[in-house]
Amino acid sequence: MFAYVLRRLIYAVPILIGVNLLTFVLFFVVNSPDDMARMHLGARHASAEGIERWKAERGYDKPTFWNAQADGAGRLTETVFFDKSLRMFAFDFGRADDGRDIGREIRDRMGPSLAIALPTFLLGLLVSVSFALLLVFFRATYLDFWGVVICVAMMSISSLFYIIGGQWLVSKVWALVPISGYAPGLDAARFLVLPVLISVLAGVGSSVRWYRTIFLEEISRDYVRTARAKGLSELAVLFRHVLKNAMIPILTGVVVVIPLLFMGSLLVESFFGIPGLGSYTIDAINAQDFAVVRAMVFIGSVLYIVGLILTDISYTLVDPRVRLE
Amino acid sequence: MNFQPVLLWTDLLFFALLLVALATVLHVRRNEPLRAAWRKVGRRPTGMAAATVLLTFLLVGVVDSLHFRPQLPAVEGAPADAAPVYSSEVLSALDVLLAKLRTRNEKTYSAPFADRLYVRETVELPEGGQARIHPRLLHGAAHLADPAAERAADIARKAAGGAMLAVLLWLLPVALVAAGVARRAGVGFAQGLRRLARGETAIAWRAVLLTLGAILLLASVAAALAPWYHIFGTDKVGQDVFYLALKSVRTALVIGTLTTLVMLPFAVTLGVMAGYLGGWVDDVIQYLYTVLNAIPGVLLIAAAVLMMQVIIDTHPQWFATAAERADARLLALCLILGITSWTGLCRLLRGETLKLRELEYVQAARAFGVRTPAILRRHVLPNVMHIVLIALVMDFSGLVLAEAVLSYIGIGVDPTMISFGTMINMARAELAREPMVWWSLVAAFCFMFVLVLAANLFADAVRDAFDPRR
Repeated sequence: MFAYVLRRLIYAVPILIGVNLLTFVLFFVVNSPDDMARMHLGARHASAEGIERWKAERGYDKPTFWNAQADGAGRLTETVFFDKSLRMFAFDFGRADDGRDIGREIRDRMGPSLAIALPTFLLGLLVSVSFALLLVFFRATYLDFWGVVICVAMMSISSLFYIIGGQWLVSKVWALVPISGYAPGLDAARFLVLPVLISVLAGVGSSVRWYRTIFLEEISRDYVRTARAKGLSELAVLFRHVLKNAMIPILTGVVVVIPLLFMGSLLVESFFGIPGLGSYTIDAINAQDFAVVRAMVFIGSVLYIVGLILTDISYTLVDPRVRLE
Repeated sequence: MNFQPVLLWTDLLFFALLLVALATVLHVRRNEPLRAAWRKVGRRPTGMAAATVLLTFLLVGVVDSLHFRPQLPAVEGAPADAAPVYSSEVLSALDVLLAKLRTRNEKTYSAPFADRLYVRETVELPEGGQARIHPRLLHGAAHLADPAAERAADIARKAAGGAMLAVLLWLLPVALVAAGVARRAGVGFAQGLRRLARGETAIAWRAVLLTLGAILLLASVAAALAPWYHIFGTDKVGQDVFYLALKSVRTALVIGTLTTLVMLPFAVTLGVMAGYLGGWVDDVIQYLYTVLNAIPGVLLIAAAVLMMQVIIDTHPQWFATAAERADARLLALCLILGITSWTGLCRLLRGETLKLRELEYVQAARAFGVRTPAILRRHVLPNVMHIVLIALVMDFSGLVLAEAVLSYIGIGVDPTMISFGTMINMARAELAREPMVWWSLVAAFCFMFVLVLAANLFADAVRDAFDPRR
């Protein structure tokens, strides 16, 4: 197992290099730093000195790949590529446009993001799986039919509607919870209830339908017929046999997103004013803070790869036939 | 009116897509297994009702894709043979049809069917002095002398007229379909009508006609009322929200279809090649899509859109009109969404091709010495096309929803382009107002809901008909 994980981690290196190169090409080759400076400063302030100052403030004034003026190793390290791209592997993201350290900011904002993403994830999983099992239990009845109809209708509604509608109804009309904001510690619960419920509601339609398909596929297998022939009740069949055997397809979709929970949710965080990584990203996009977007892209892909490895490990936990060699 | 036709890039691709769809229809007619699969779609009432709704939206989108620049009136004193000058504003055929909605702007917000502005204004009273009142609208309900008393009756009368017209118009397709059903079955017209009403036809015509009736009713009532009232109200700068909602349809359709269209060549070529050739080709292609997959979608889109903005902003000389710039941005957004979404389809195609490669008929073709490109074209590609079709229809609804979210985040379509996302984004700022300005939001959400629901239902019908596992 250890050897397997180690090998997977080594495989991850070329992928991360690919991500890194891709972002570098996107941010520094497709557009020169001059273009970005002109865009950032606006047409009026884009004098030649202004652009130079903008580039110098962010360290974009160095050569791209090869610094002929420096000595020794400096020829490679005193470059934009080394500074902005390679340093990311050491999780050194440099500074944002407002001068703050991005790495520190990310550590600070992970907490609020997790506080909202983790309950959403767990509650969403619980609700979706139980509703899907319910529909499967009542399969081929009107309950199942209308359940699926409601699911399709719910997944056709824009997530923006759930957020705006929920905020309006719960916070403004009923005045149950504050519209937006965040407080550290236990106080946070007051601010978190609504966003968590809304995110669960927004995702439940498509996931119930997805789990229902998985369960229906399992329920037509031979072992289910055997279990019924043994005289097991339908509930015991569903929970003890079908749910257990459906774990592999469920885990494939679920485990990979667990690490990404750290990134938070862009929409929910920005609507509810929660100072997490999602709203950090949105603010960076709106302010066109390229350094922050680059950092988030890198972190996101690291977390995704961690998720893939976790998925493989989780298979061994639910299915003894799977061995990681 | 003289005009100069304008062919925007997205128009071109959109029409190309329609041509491809037409060619597919012709191909399907000659191919029995495909016809059988489509007949399965046709038997399903929800699928056919959804298809009717989608076709209506498509009609709006096509009419809105015929762009042109109207000629400006000749300048006073210009020589008679001077070259005509065209407006820098690009209009579409839909704009001409909805000229009344487009041009009759108010000052600012007004509620649906309102006769007065939503905000108070200071006006000079005729007898001197000033007052803070809600002034009358310039166009909405302007034909009524005393709106408070007459409005309800006027709306009811106009709506009833529209409904009557809708019923009359609806009888035509009903009669046509009944006659067709009767002729097919070799029975009389009355018998055909009875079969139609009972839903005993091979294709779910009843669902189609009922949906068509509902659409005709809504459209006709809206057409009867829209010239006199702002039926969905007006937005911040006084534009008619109904007009904005209709214009958004094209943007949604373009995003939903062109994105998949532009990524198809990559996904199909790479997926089939990876699956069939294996070896280092497979490794390279797998590496490519793992890298793209590793970056969370929104972030990759954000990064790419930010960079595209820089390019567009630093090269204003590329675009003759604002519409062309907005269009270029829309197309670029489609490309970016395509680049981030082809990996899923590519992986599916690779897996399917891996399976196909080992089947007897492919082995036989290889043993006969058929060359690889020919095998891929003749034997592999036709047998993975159902996956492509399913992906095409399944992706559509997700992309329409994604457009709204991306435009909200600020990485969607050009702010000057009318879309559901920009409508929601503009309305959002007014939510805190008391009482609330709700109509733009509700209009955008309703249109989006109907479009996406229809797309989802149609996608389900197509998937059930074409997926061999079902």
